[in-house]
Parts: sequence; C-alpha cells; structure tokens
Amino acid sequence: MEITININGTDHTADVEPRRLLVDHIRTGAGLTGTHIGCDTTSCGVCTVLVDGTPVKSCTMLAVQADGREVTTVEGLKSADGLHPVQQAFSDEHGLQCGFCTPAMMLVGAALIDENPAPSDDEVRWAISGNLCRCTGYMNIVKAIQAAAAAASSNGDS
Amino acid sequence: MLPARFDYVAASSVEEAIAAKAEGGDEARILAGGQSLLPMMKLRFATPSKLVDINRIAGLDAIRSHNGHLHVGALVRHADIAASGAVSGAVASAAPWIADPLVRNLGTMCGSVAHCDPEGDWNSVLLATGAEVVAQGPSGRRTIDIGDFVQDFFTNSLAEDEMVVALHIPVPSGRSGGSYQKLERKVGDYATVGVATHLELADDGTISAAGVAMTSVAPINRKATDAEALLVGNAPSAELFAEAGEAAAAAADPRDDVRGSARWKRRVVAAFTQRALAAAAEQAQS
Repeated sequence: MEITININGTDHTADVEPRRLLVDHIRTGAGLTGTHIGCDTTSCGVCTVLVDGTPVKSCTMLAVQADGREVTTVEGLKSADGLHPVQQAFSDEHGLQCGFCTPAMMLVGAALIDENPAPSDDEVRWAISGNLCRCTGYMNIVKAIQAAAAAASSNGDS
Repeated sequence: MLPARFDYVAASSVEEAIAAKAEGGDEARILAGGQSLLPMMKLRFATPSKLVDINRIAGLDAIRSHNGHLHVGALVRHADIAASGAVSGAVASAAPWIADPLVRNLGTMCGSVAHCDPEGDWNSVLLATGAEVVAQGPSGRRTIDIGDFVQDFFTNSLAEDEMVVALHIPVPSGRSGGSYQKLERKVGDYATVGVATHLELADDGTISAAGVAMTSVAPINRKATDAEALLVGNAPSAELFAEAGEAAAAAADPRDDVRGSARWKRRVVAAFTQRALAAAAEQAQS
C-alpha cells in the first residue's frame, strides 16, 4: 500500500508491503542507516526513533502504522544551527564507546529533555532503561544527557 | 525479521474494525500497541492472516473516573496510565513496571489484557480489583468479568466478531488501597513473580473486601482465593498478612526455569503478598 511518512522534515512516499517494519523502511526505503537494528526482538532499543515526538522501537511498529506521521531519526537531530545539544554533549562527555546504541540513546535523551528540562540522575536512568549499551557505558551516557539538558536550558535563557 | 504476509486494514470506527475482524474469522487479530503481537508474528509464533489496526479510531484513548469505576479505552497506552492523575491503588502501582519506557509508549492496557499472557502483569491487577472487560460486537456492547474473560494461556473469551473497547476498574467510594509488587531480572523482562493486592476497609477498620492475584506462577494469572477469604472480616495486621502470604504461596503453582526454582518462587509469593497487602492497608488507612 502507498504510504507517506514525514522523516526528518521531508515527506517520503513509497509503496510498501503491510508487513514491512518501520526500521527496515527507514534504513532501506529512506536510506537512513543511523537507525540501527540490534536484537530485532523488542529488547535492546537501538532501533529507537521518535514518532510524533515519542520514542518507540521501530522494529516493533509497521511502516504502514506511521503513514501520515512525523518520524525523527538521529539524522534529524542536527539543525541548521549545528549539532543538537544532546549530540554536542555526547561528544564532550564521551557518552559513547562503540557507538552502536548512541543514536537511540541521543533520541531518548532529546525526548526526555523536551519534557523535563532538568532531569535528575534517577530520571535519566529511568528514561534510558529500555535501551541497552553493551559497552556498559552508562555513566557517561547519563552525564551527557544531563549536560545536554543544562546546555539546552542555558541556551533557552539567553 | 519479517512477519508472515497478512492483509492490513486500518479501521476508522469500532464498527468497521469489528466487521473486518469477523470477516477474517479466527485468523484475524486486532492491532493496538502491537508490542506483544508484532514480536510474536516476527518469530512466527503468531501468523494471523489479517491485522485490523485500530490506532486511527477516534475516542478510544480516554482514561477517566466515571460512575465508581476507572474507564480505560482500548488505545490508552501504558505510559498514559503511568502519567495519569486519575489512577490509584494497584493500577497506579503496576503501571511504571510494565515492560520498559519505549514499550510503554506504544503498548496498551486493553491489548495486554486481551493477549492473556500468564506472564503479563495487568490481568493480575484486574483480577485483584474485580475489573470488567467491555467488549463490542455487531449487536452492541457487553461487559465480561475479568475472571470469565481470561480463559487460558493466551486465550480470552471474546467471540470472533468482538473486540475489547474498554476496561472498567472499580474505584471504591470508601477507604481502599492496592499495590503491585514485581520481581524482574532487568527492566523489560517478564515478571519472575508478581503479586497484585486490593483492600477495602469498613468503618470499623476491618477488611470488607480483599483481592490477591499472582503473575508468572501458574499457567494463567491466578487469584489467591484462600488468601482473600482469610483477610475479609479481620483487622489489618502483620500477622494476618503473613498468614495470607502463606495461603497465596500454597495457591501458586510455579515452575523451575531460568528465573529461579519453583520452591524459591513460592517464598517470593509469600513475601510479596505480605508486602503488597501492607502497602494496600497503609494506603487505605491514610
């Protein structure tokens, strides 16, 4: 069936089988490979994207379900002004090791900061509890999300 | 992994969804959050010939207190429940422990209840609180007691031309409380053991109604009826709750598996029942 999904601000129209998963559509259909496939069984969270601003596992949603909706992938975080605060903070705080879980962690972090401009350590850990980092680099991921929150609110104040 | 091929219908009304489901017979499934159904389809544990997507139906996402019960529509996500000010007792206690935050953003309470996975948390909460499932078919709506709705392992009592449109969870007018205690190896894992409790207190402070139900320790979510009977008519106390914990442990029928031995799980049931009753009583008394 024909679907149109707005991915990172651009409409993508395609004819897809109903059984095609959103993650496959993003990677193969739209060619955006920043969204990763890890466990493919709804456990690891590396396929996280934002659908209408809400983080979900794109391996557990059909592409047809996203018809007419807005999807943000890691490629959509950067704006004309440069890196998203969460991207800058992951770089500054060394919030990644192998980098495989990083796109998902940054999207969850960005969605959290949108809702909660100053998340506590516990709130960050709770928010990323559906995302696995096999390098176990959680300490710096938490630090990076908190640094991003601080940077985003100081930008907002100025 | 791709699911097997299926026909897809995005219904725009409950009537349309029911008609499409009926047409597909027992091989048609309703797609709400999809957080249990899609993984099962990818692993080919489920191969429905037709999916009826209800996500575009307006009006199914309401969560509100109404006529002595909490009404939870078919598109209310676990995250909506966790964030709602309208929920209390065992429902409020269980919501943050369903799956993980990403799954909670899509998965629905009604879908989880209809799925009837014995390792699912919500059916224990509904059994403890005495909830009803609202089903709609071509001739209208009917309410089904949760005890009659949950028939067996992954089996509910819906007819082929019916879908779950809401849940009605009693909200007692007097003093009441409830709790859900869950042991999980990690966030997102199924419960090793889960216990839901619900207590209502009479004017003299004794227990006038009690619900205790267990997750992951029987072939289906199971009410601990002996424990409930022990509680009613008595004043809340640590001794009474310990006794009820032993009765619940005796009613559990756990299996040895990767999450632990059956013997140990029984002890967890006893301890969690005791804790969940104490938490429920504290809420009811405050």
